[in-house]
Amino acid sequence: MPTLTPEELTAIKLSLRVAAVATLFALPFGVAIALVLARTRFYGRALLNALVLLPLVLPPVVTGYVLLLLFGKQGPIGRWLYDSFGIVLAFRWTGAALACAIMGFPLLVRAIQLAIEAVDTRLEQAASTLGASRSWVFLTVTLPLIAPGIIAGAILCFARAMGEFGATITFVSNIPGETQTLPTLIYTFTQVPGGNAGAFRLTLISLAISLGAILAAEGIAQAVGRRVRGQ
Amino acid sequence: MSLEVKALTRLGDFTLDAEFATDGKITAIFGPSGAGKTSLINVIAGLIEPERGRVAVDGTALLDTERGIDIAAHKRRIGYVFQESRLFPHLTVRQNLLYGRWFAPRELRQASFEEVTDLLDLGPLLHRGTRQLSGGEKQRAAIGRALLASPRLLLLDEPLSSLDEARKQEVMPFLERLRDHTRMPIIYVSHSVAEVERLANTIVFMDAGRVTGIKQ
Repeated sequence: MPTLTPEELTAIKLSLRVAAVATLFALPFGVAIALVLARTRFYGRALLNALVLLPLVLPPVVTGYVLLLLFGKQGPIGRWLYDSFGIVLAFRWTGAALACAIMGFPLLVRAIQLAIEAVDTRLEQAASTLGASRSWVFLTVTLPLIAPGIIAGAILCFARAMGEFGATITFVSNIPGETQTLPTLIYTFTQVPGGNAGAFRLTLISLAISLGAILAAEGIAQAVGRRVRGQ
Repeated sequence: MSLEVKALTRLGDFTLDAEFATDGKITAIFGPSGAGKTSLINVIAGLIEPERGRVAVDGTALLDTERGIDIAAHKRRIGYVFQESRLFPHLTVRQNLLYGRWFAPRELRQASFEEVTDLLDLGPLLHRGTRQLSGGEKQRAAIGRALLASPRLLLLDEPLSSLDEARKQEVMPFLERLRDHTRMPIIYVSHSVAEVERLANTIVFMDAGRVTGIKQ
């Protein structure tokens, strides 16, 4: 096991924190939007679907620039957040979390939407004849049945957030200790002479985390899936 | 118990235009497949809202389109046993049985867990998952689940039709016990003459979306 410099450790910890906050923040919105997309038919649904998928196909640098325009100190939302709550996102780690949440959002929503579409709505009808209101049906039947999809989506979102580069560096730059995440530090290493060893170490760690996340996602989703299918 | 049902609605190419009243303990709705029997009891349960119609139990309207009454399915307290058991796969048999009890208003929880599990002989199955049940056991658990929600009326939609002959013979005695040992009024949907003659005291005949006769 190669030893890590304090700078590298800081970047790894920051990446983990940014990815965790991004995933937790995106989760409730992801479930809500997946429900809307899976269960309702309305004018403009195709547009909502396209907006959700957009970060998947846009160059990440464009997403980052749009975030900067909207959430920067002079941007309409950024200024309002600062004036009302004193919150600043641009060039802060919270901004990195926002960028990562948006980049991971399509994967999160897709996984949950597929899980909701697979739920047998006849079970929900049965629950309603047993006295459960719509919210109780959701909490006691729908939510447990889609749990594997939510977990898989959350882990994919987390892994995507761990690897986010373009939107992050555009929106919040590459400030050591504040916004210098694992990928942006690797980038820094590749730009300086003698940085190869550091870049290589972090690449190995990046590989390990991503591989671990995917294996965990599959494992947990399968275990929970067996449980909710009553096996 | 008295039940009044009137429903007029179009479902695709099919028109349901049916009306009947009964005060029998077990009323069978009898007719060939596609006669509209399931649609009619879905109207009673509140799972289908007809264009025009009325459903009243003991004079209390649960649905009356003329007066703008449409009580939501979860507030009707009408138990429903479906053709396929529709047990919740993520819950054990015990948890399935107790599901509806929790939602029933406290003063109306007359069903006793011990009595229902005894009646349907569910004791040995309580800790099993729903995958480890045979078809007949699933239907018994589904009947128990509906009873334990303390409904005012129980709808059974061809509960034997998904079972083979041997399983039918296994579940039939439990339906007779349900008839003989509880006061629960039952609407029993079937296309089987044998089942209907064995269980029901009032028979509503249906064909092509209409009620064609009632026999006491």
